Amino acid sequence: MDFSRQELLITTIARLLHGCRLVATGASSPIPGAGALLARAQSNGKMRVNVLGSVRNDFLCDGGVELFDLAGQGRLDAFFLGGGQIDGEANINLVGAGGEYPQTAVRWPGSFGSGYLYYLVPRVILFREEHTRRVLVPRVDFISSAGPKNDGTYRPGGPIGLLTNLCWFAFDRSKRRFRLESLHPGHSVEEVRDNTGFEFDCPDSVPFTVAPDAATLALLRTRIAAEIAETYPRFVAQVFPDLAAAGD
Amino acid sequence: MTREIGQVPLHGVDQLAAQIPDGAKIAVPPDYSGVAMALTRAMIRRGLRDLHVICVPISGLQVEMLAGAGCLGTVETSAITLGEYGTAHRFQAALKAGAFRMLDATCPAVHAAIQAGGKGIPFMPLRGLLGTDLLKHRPDWTVIDNPFSKDEDPVVLLPAIRPDFAIFHAPFADRNGNVFIGRRRELVAMAHAATQSLVTVEEIRDVDLLASEETAAGTLTGAYIGGIAEAPRGAWPIKLWDIYDYDEDHLKLYGEMARTADGFTRYCDQFVQDQKAAE
Repeated sequence: MDFSRQELLITTIARLLHGCRLVATGASSPIPGAGALLARAQSNGKMRVNVLGSVRNDFLCDGGVELFDLAGQGRLDAFFLGGGQIDGEANINLVGAGGEYPQTAVRWPGSFGSGYLYYLVPRVILFREEHTRRVLVPRVDFISSAGPKNDGTYRPGGPIGLLTNLCWFAFDRSKRRFRLESLHPGHSVEEVRDNTGFEFDCPDSVPFTVAPDAATLALLRTRIAAEIAETYPRFVAQVFPDLAAAGD
Repeated sequence: MTREIGQVPLHGVDQLAAQIPDGAKIAVPPDYSGVAMALTRAMIRRGLRDLHVICVPISGLQVEMLAGAGCLGTVETSAITLGEYGTAHRFQAALKAGAFRMLDATCPAVHAAIQAGGKGIPFMPLRGLLGTDLLKHRPDWTVIDNPFSKDEDPVVLLPAIRPDFAIFHAPFADRNGNVFIGRRRELVAMAHAATQSLVTVEEIRDVDLLASEETAAGTLTGAYIGGIAEAPRGAWPIKLWDIYDYDEDHLKLYGEMARTADGFTRYCDQFVQDQKAAE
């Protein structure tokens, strides 16, 4: 079965969302958006999905605060966060690196909703395609949002793991460490080690990430690609060029 | 003599910008709500300085251009992003040069503080934020122990935000100066918190939005509005709802020109100072 790197990430995300009732995606998130819409299509009408920036796949109608209020009450089951830097205790940095804040050497857009949603959404999936020591660092330079500390403060939410171009790490909340859970086909434990700046747990034998089946790929390449194209046309033109061409 | 619609003064865009003094505290919405870009160009033409801009909860090209033009004293935001259109070069350069004070936030914190402003209460508690460097770098935020909890339960308190002006662009106003905001209710929250709102609209329609429940539910009443200006395509080159899309070619051109301060100046000469070129 032939599938692209992005298609594996999307179908993996859809699997991680299984059983959720309400899922939302944030800014600049075409792959999580497609994964959530795929999971909804496979949920027999049980899942609602809110794609930020969409009109057709946005059911909120009480302004920008509504999503955060949903999360505050525990109604939002899953969300996605990335990071310019992510460290081994699952702290994330969306602000900047190097130098002295706020005049950091590198400046990223900012923390968005992370400083809140990470604490309240039970199934946060950390998602960053680039898997390098530049991104996955021993300690982030700025904490936009902190990994769970188990210090008794109110924290119903947090990361379930970290998905990259190379692998899926599960996050062990009691140990406050990542564990290499599966390798994407074509990649090795050595490659993950060489490109990860933090320590992580690794079982003796690491399985490959489950590859998508033909029916899932067919659904993704037709209906789901068309749905996410409303919000991310450039992404669809690049990843699903056949559909983009048919649409023209 | 300024015309009035209902009790709301109707201005030109430059007259509207003339209401804003140096150092004013202004609240602006994200791209998806309706950004008053024609008014922003008028603010740059006016040469405003030392503005305190509160992004509710994020911004893009608007703050990028205000940064490039040296209008900013403080930026309070959860992000500045041009999305698929690349890096906010002028914003980043001004930030690195220390040209303004940066107050990094998280989206719901801005929403909550704006809501407190609208309610006229001094502060709002918010979950999350504990253990972040956001909290560490915000001396105006504080942590208390939840007074209603038996056990220790630290909660962050945010002071209310009371902007001088809320500034945004909407599809239309009615003949009484009420503005249709649809489901973009963050605009209502901003308007409630601000002393007054300055609003640009695509057009003024000879209707009464408050005459029926269907339209009244999506309306910001004129009582909050200090001035309206008609500005067709007033969000350009940003999109307005599903009414028009981003001007992709223009944003690419902006991205190329704004890589350098000189290029940004040339852009402003062409598209900001010469008002007709932009409209």
